[in-house]
Amino acid sequence: MPPKTKSREPFSAWRSSFTLKALLKAVAKETGALRRTIRIMEVCGTHTMTLHRSGLKPLLKEIGVSLISGPGCPVCITPDSYHEAIIDLITKEKNFLAATFGDMTRVPTRKGALQTIVPTFGSAIKIIYSPEETLALARKNPDKQVIFFGAGFETTIPSIAVVLQKAYSENLKNFSVLAALWLIPPAIRTILQSGEVAIDGFLYPGHVSAIIGEEAYRFVAEEYRIPGAIAGFEPADILLGILSVARQIRENNPTVSNEYQRVVRPEGNPQAMRLMAEMLEPFDAYWRGLGLIPKSGLRIKPEWAEYDAIKRFNLKLKAEKTLRTGCRCGEVLKGLIGPTDCPLFGTSCDPEHPRGPCMVSYEGACLIEYKYSSGAKKK
Amino acid sequence: MNKVSLEMGSGGRLMQEFIKKNLLPKFRNPFLTQLHDAALLPKGYALTTDSYTVDPIFFPGGDIGTLCVNGTINDLVVSGARPEYLSLALIIEEGLEYNVLDRILLSIKKTAAKSQVQIVTGDTKVVPQGQADKIYINTAGLGCLVGKPQPQQIRPGDKLLVTGPVGEHGLAIMLSRNNFRMFSGIRSDCSPLLFLLPLWKKGALWMRDITRGGLATVLSELADKVHFPLLVEEEKIPFSRNLKGAVEILGIDPLYLACEGRALLVVREAGANKILNQLKKNPLSRQAAIIGEVQDRVGRKGEALLRAASGGLRLLEPLTSELLPRIC
Repeated sequence: MPPKTKSREPFSAWRSSFTLKALLKAVAKETGALRRTIRIMEVCGTHTMTLHRSGLKPLLKEIGVSLISGPGCPVCITPDSYHEAIIDLITKEKNFLAATFGDMTRVPTRKGALQTIVPTFGSAIKIIYSPEETLALARKNPDKQVIFFGAGFETTIPSIAVVLQKAYSENLKNFSVLAALWLIPPAIRTILQSGEVAIDGFLYPGHVSAIIGEEAYRFVAEEYRIPGAIAGFEPADILLGILSVARQIRENNPTVSNEYQRVVRPEGNPQAMRLMAEMLEPFDAYWRGLGLIPKSGLRIKPEWAEYDAIKRFNLKLKAEKTLRTGCRCGEVLKGLIGPTDCPLFGTSCDPEHPRGPCMVSYEGACLIEYKYSSGAKKK
Repeated sequence: MNKVSLEMGSGGRLMQEFIKKNLLPKFRNPFLTQLHDAALLPKGYALTTDSYTVDPIFFPGGDIGTLCVNGTINDLVVSGARPEYLSLALIIEEGLEYNVLDRILLSIKKTAAKSQVQIVTGDTKVVPQGQADKIYINTAGLGCLVGKPQPQQIRPGDKLLVTGPVGEHGLAIMLSRNNFRMFSGIRSDCSPLLFLLPLWKKGALWMRDITRGGLATVLSELADKVHFPLLVEEEKIPFSRNLKGAVEILGIDPLYLACEGRALLVVREAGANKILNQLKKNPLSRQAAIIGEVQDRVGRKGEALLRAASGGLRLLEPLTSELLPRIC
């Protein structure tokens, strides 16, 4: 009989000690048959978080599954130049409201962080929880220019596209978007192409996959012969994903398995994809720490240029080849080193005094390691 | 140029840092440096103060009036003092309706009477519209010491006990602010902790009311004070069913949600069950539970650890960035 779920605790079956222990045992059986440690990259920062929060990371290590954090945190991979462009604007120009998600305001750059800089008179930073709030902000402040600094992957991009569309249909004249929008599959390809890090399998992000579907990862299985599984975000979801990857490795049958079928359809969400294609177009984008990745960013299409803050305010986004001194976020994002291998970790970089965005974002590998791991090196 | 961020007032590590770097060096004296919830003064007095800026001012299970009385009472109780007298300072925004003000004052009256504390002095200020948000309240509390916290006596084997389900106040505020109507039945736990006072004579070594930063932050701060690591079991921590459902859907870690009527206690192993049974007889702490113990085998000095349902261990860090400002 399946575990009973009390209706008020919708996910308790995915969190119960009984389920988790049974799944861990099943994973151990697979890795036992393989007789070696398998290295799985969890692409998504939310997976990293669940792995640590639920205490699974050390347990998995004991049974031969080593997890490597990937580039899946939009705050971490958005280049400093985006922040600096906004900072320049609101510290020098009057009557600008820059709206963004909370994590983004704490990212340190050469020009300070959005949260700690002092905007010039009449300008301000607003923290928002959903893209829709930025439209309300523009309607309420017709005498100010509202810029939505929107960062995100495929999960968030459709909701930003909706906002663009609404701004157009409402004919909002004081609204624009600084798009920091990134695509996951090209980043995975870049990591594989570089060949710098040995990966036996991938945990694909559940929410991103709900938009883009299963086919987007097919190249990993077919071209690179590397197994992968789409996984949800409850502890048991992740173990199901890992179990599937371990099985694919043992059977030497790499594929894209969907272990999050209660949310992810094979074809993804065609409606959301259509909307994205209508408003946005891919371009070769710089990722913080990863460098230039072909067709990995989305920018606002020329026909909607008046809503593109970059064009409207002539923002200069310099391509950065190097990171600020000492911060090894780039290698962390590629899975080359773990957070504790960075010399700044826990010494001069901690959640209150972050040196790089990986220590800022809730989905950042460094913050998560710092917050949840016993014995992580600290001051 | 650096500005004060909301995070500095969150009760997390940045606030600790501010206290240590900016406040202590300027005002250093033996009473302040104890950094207790209340200062333990000569002749058996304890003094505390707290300001209340909660938004919204009325929420399920309480209002800014119940909060400003119970919050200050609780700071005295966990410092080992029986609350006796309160001061009451009101900062009111021009334009606040009289009936709203009356409602708050009435609730202050009732809450104080229930705990037998008297409001003995006060102050009223009104500021122009827009310069405050409806009403802020400051209360100070004077109490008489009946017990003494002894954090330096804490040793392996001592039990960690919470007085009831945690996180409801923080969640109630969050839900009422965002108008999440889909979650019903979550009420603030705002209530006085007076029932803990007798325990100071029955083996309680240390107490702390679980407010901003939630249980995780309180445990982590305790770990900093004692010489041994702490270990709690996730499955033993009491949560109400309504809260569990809501935090799962919202993706919130309930260990960081504030309470306003719950405390963490450290008690000797020998008397732990007796204390627990006594607490369970009180309607305000019926769901009290022993959630873990002071360790000498698992973890390192200074660490507070949680054994998750999976059996794996996770570190509990103090709250870093602000979950939600103005919860109290």
